[in-house]
Amino acid sequence: MKLKSHFKRLLAVLSLLILSLSGANAGVTNIIPFGPGGESDVTARMQQPYYKSIYNDDIVVQYKPGGGGSVGWSSLNSEKGDGSVIMGVNLPHIIMQPIAKGEKAGYKTEDVNVFSFFHYTPDAILVEASSPYQSLKDLLDYAKQNPGKLTFSGSGTYSANHLLIISLNKKAKVKTTYVPFKGTGAAVQALLGKQVLAEAGYSTVAAKQGKKVRMLAVASEERLPAFPNVPTFKELGYNIVSGAYRGYALPKSASKATVKEWSDRIMKINSDPAFIKQMEDNAFVVVNIGHKDVKKFMKQQQKANKAIAKELGLIK
Amino acid sequence: MTNIFADFLSSLSLINLGLAFSGVLAGIIIGALPGLSATMAVAILVPFTFALEPSSGLIVLGAIYTGAIFGGSWSAILINTPGTPSAVATTFDGYPMAKNGNGDLAMSISCMSSFIGGLVGVICLALFAPPLASVSLKFGPTEYFWLAILGLTLISTLAEGDNIKSLIGACIGLLMSMIGVAVVGGDIRMTWNISFLNSGIEIVSAMIGLFCIPVILDLTSMKGKHLSDSETPKNLRLKESFLIVFKKKFEAVRGALIGTFIGILPGAGGSIASIVSYGEAKRASKNKDNFGKGEPEGLIASETANNATVGGGFIPTLCLGIPGTPPDAVILGALLVQGIRTGDTLFTQQSSIVYTFIFGLFLATIIMLPLGLLMGRYAYKSIIKIPKEVLIPIIIFLTIIGSYSIQNNILNVYFMFFFGLVGWILNRAGFKASPIVLGLVLGQIAEQGFVQAYIIGNAQDNILANYFARPISIILVIFILMGLFLPALKKIYNRRKNAQTN
Repeated sequence: MKLKSHFKRLLAVLSLLILSLSGANAGVTNIIPFGPGGESDVTARMQQPYYKSIYNDDIVVQYKPGGGGSVGWSSLNSEKGDGSVIMGVNLPHIIMQPIAKGEKAGYKTEDVNVFSFFHYTPDAILVEASSPYQSLKDLLDYAKQNPGKLTFSGSGTYSANHLLIISLNKKAKVKTTYVPFKGTGAAVQALLGKQVLAEAGYSTVAAKQGKKVRMLAVASEERLPAFPNVPTFKELGYNIVSGAYRGYALPKSASKATVKEWSDRIMKINSDPAFIKQMEDNAFVVVNIGHKDVKKFMKQQQKANKAIAKELGLIK
Repeated sequence: MTNIFADFLSSLSLINLGLAFSGVLAGIIIGALPGLSATMAVAILVPFTFALEPSSGLIVLGAIYTGAIFGGSWSAILINTPGTPSAVATTFDGYPMAKNGNGDLAMSISCMSSFIGGLVGVICLALFAPPLASVSLKFGPTEYFWLAILGLTLISTLAEGDNIKSLIGACIGLLMSMIGVAVVGGDIRMTWNISFLNSGIEIVSAMIGLFCIPVILDLTSMKGKHLSDSETPKNLRLKESFLIVFKKKFEAVRGALIGTFIGILPGAGGSIASIVSYGEAKRASKNKDNFGKGEPEGLIASETANNATVGGGFIPTLCLGIPGTPPDAVILGALLVQGIRTGDTLFTQQSSIVYTFIFGLFLATIIMLPLGLLMGRYAYKSIIKIPKEVLIPIIIFLTIIGSYSIQNNILNVYFMFFFGLVGWILNRAGFKASPIVLGLVLGQIAEQGFVQAYIIGNAQDNILANYFARPISIILVIFILMGLFLPALKKIYNRRKNAQTN
């Protein structure tokens, strides 16, 4: 008898567990192809309450990390196309991975049915607070006098951070050293610990780190509301507008109506002043690229990224 | 000071107590199930915490995290499978203890050790967070490289039996750690055109396969019960375990301090902490030969260290905004969504949230002790009483769910079985799983640190100085040399001495 009751209790625990796991499938699913805690996750979390209050439905965030997102993107088109599943997409990732890895990326850029981009984190050059370099000019002057000695930490290879340094090297005619780290956290750690002289990061790093870092230039069109004193690269004479764009895609099987509906939903959240404020406070830049504009935008980005890939010798 | 006292009282509110209790409870269960890691437990719960007050939400997350790291020791002890990666070293002595009929003793010791570790970690977090955070910044790529090498030299210490086979196992692990897209350079290595492998071998599913499947296969093929029951009836053997832990109080605190220190190094994590602590314990112990055969001291070393990483890991997370461990990354994201800025200002401008949180963590650790002891006894009895025919399918079921849920991907399940088969064959040939896993975990850290240090050294025109002329590096190198050559020197010395006396 004793044995049976043990077994029953164990079964009860197990079924509870399964129930709670399957219960997570209510509402619509937003698959983030990265682990929890990153920018894609955080911004998806920020959208959740707005979606709930507008549509009275839940967006459930799931994670399918791996391969810098490629594991998720290569499985996107096998998901249901009825609008119950969307997946986060990132630029330059979905363009650069197929260029850099070819077949091995597991998907082609055209396979990813992007319907909108809702924000981006502009690339930025940052130094540690006690650094002697007060401006981008100071930093680049040092690089000119000491070719190769200016070290930048950044997240990943062929990432937005990496591409920024390649563009900057070319446009400012300098030679610098880019040191890739695994993730933004490790790159910031290297900067704060003075392992490197500067960081190629995102504007969000400056928002998170506050007075510990100094942002010297930001790769946005206009100055950021949260950082009115930080000049853009454009103002400084380098035509660089870059960063990591984040948006959403549907499986290819989704109908035109579904695509439009989802694009409208994301854009509607984007128009909420409270949401915009929350994003801007954390140095995210809200952009409104809906399903009508997304194709044109992707073409522009592909052209720009291909030029850099040529620079890198990834394509001829 | 009065403020801090008020924060303490607010953390003691009935709802917070209830939340801490249920958090620890849920954490222990999730941690005990192989594959459902602390990271996942925290990630699942994050959306629910948004409905709570920020500080209450944080208390739940901290409680779950604390519970899960402890819970990981259960499956390590009972079925030789680390419930979370942090419990790798717990299998070394925990499972042999259970095999010898001391499973209940092991469960109680593990709970007390986790309690001590958790407490030391939280105290360090409360008292020394800002200075310790600045220590973590002294660790650059070079230091991470040497730390990983130090961990690898411990393989010779950990190895039960054949040293050569352990080294071969570690090399297999190192090779496996290189699979996938290199962080530095972006080269695609050894993926055989399987895009799933671009991100490298997923460590948790590999671990479940390597540790758990051989146990299941042996269990199926052999007669007799899974674990033999202990002679003593259900009294938790509280007194006995307390005496053991009390006798080893210095060792316990040493383990906790090692755990806290490694916890403050972002990216190192509980698995390295417990392995380093275990290695140091064995090196310093008088009962060296008993390690790996069911020595409580080894269990204490591992469990104090991994729970200390909870408090330790929050130090860079809260002070620098750099997650100390993977679960910290999730909690950091939750903080951001709630509009709480980490970093310098957190301890001054939003100090009440921080201190409520730290007290909550403290509370969770204290709740964990009685709860863990009670639940542990129940879990142990269940595993002992359940017939093998029922136990085996349940474990297999859990390994499948666990490895699937890591990335919501069926391929992880296939890989888990693949590693299980490989692990079983290697096990038969005398290769243990732990050196392989050690190579897999440390290989990535060592490689990235080495290459980054090389690039930086190259930019400074002084590569050698960047490896050898940094203060912390020098200390680490001395430790490595000691670990490598002291045993050999001792042997030579003893031989000489014997020759003289003869």
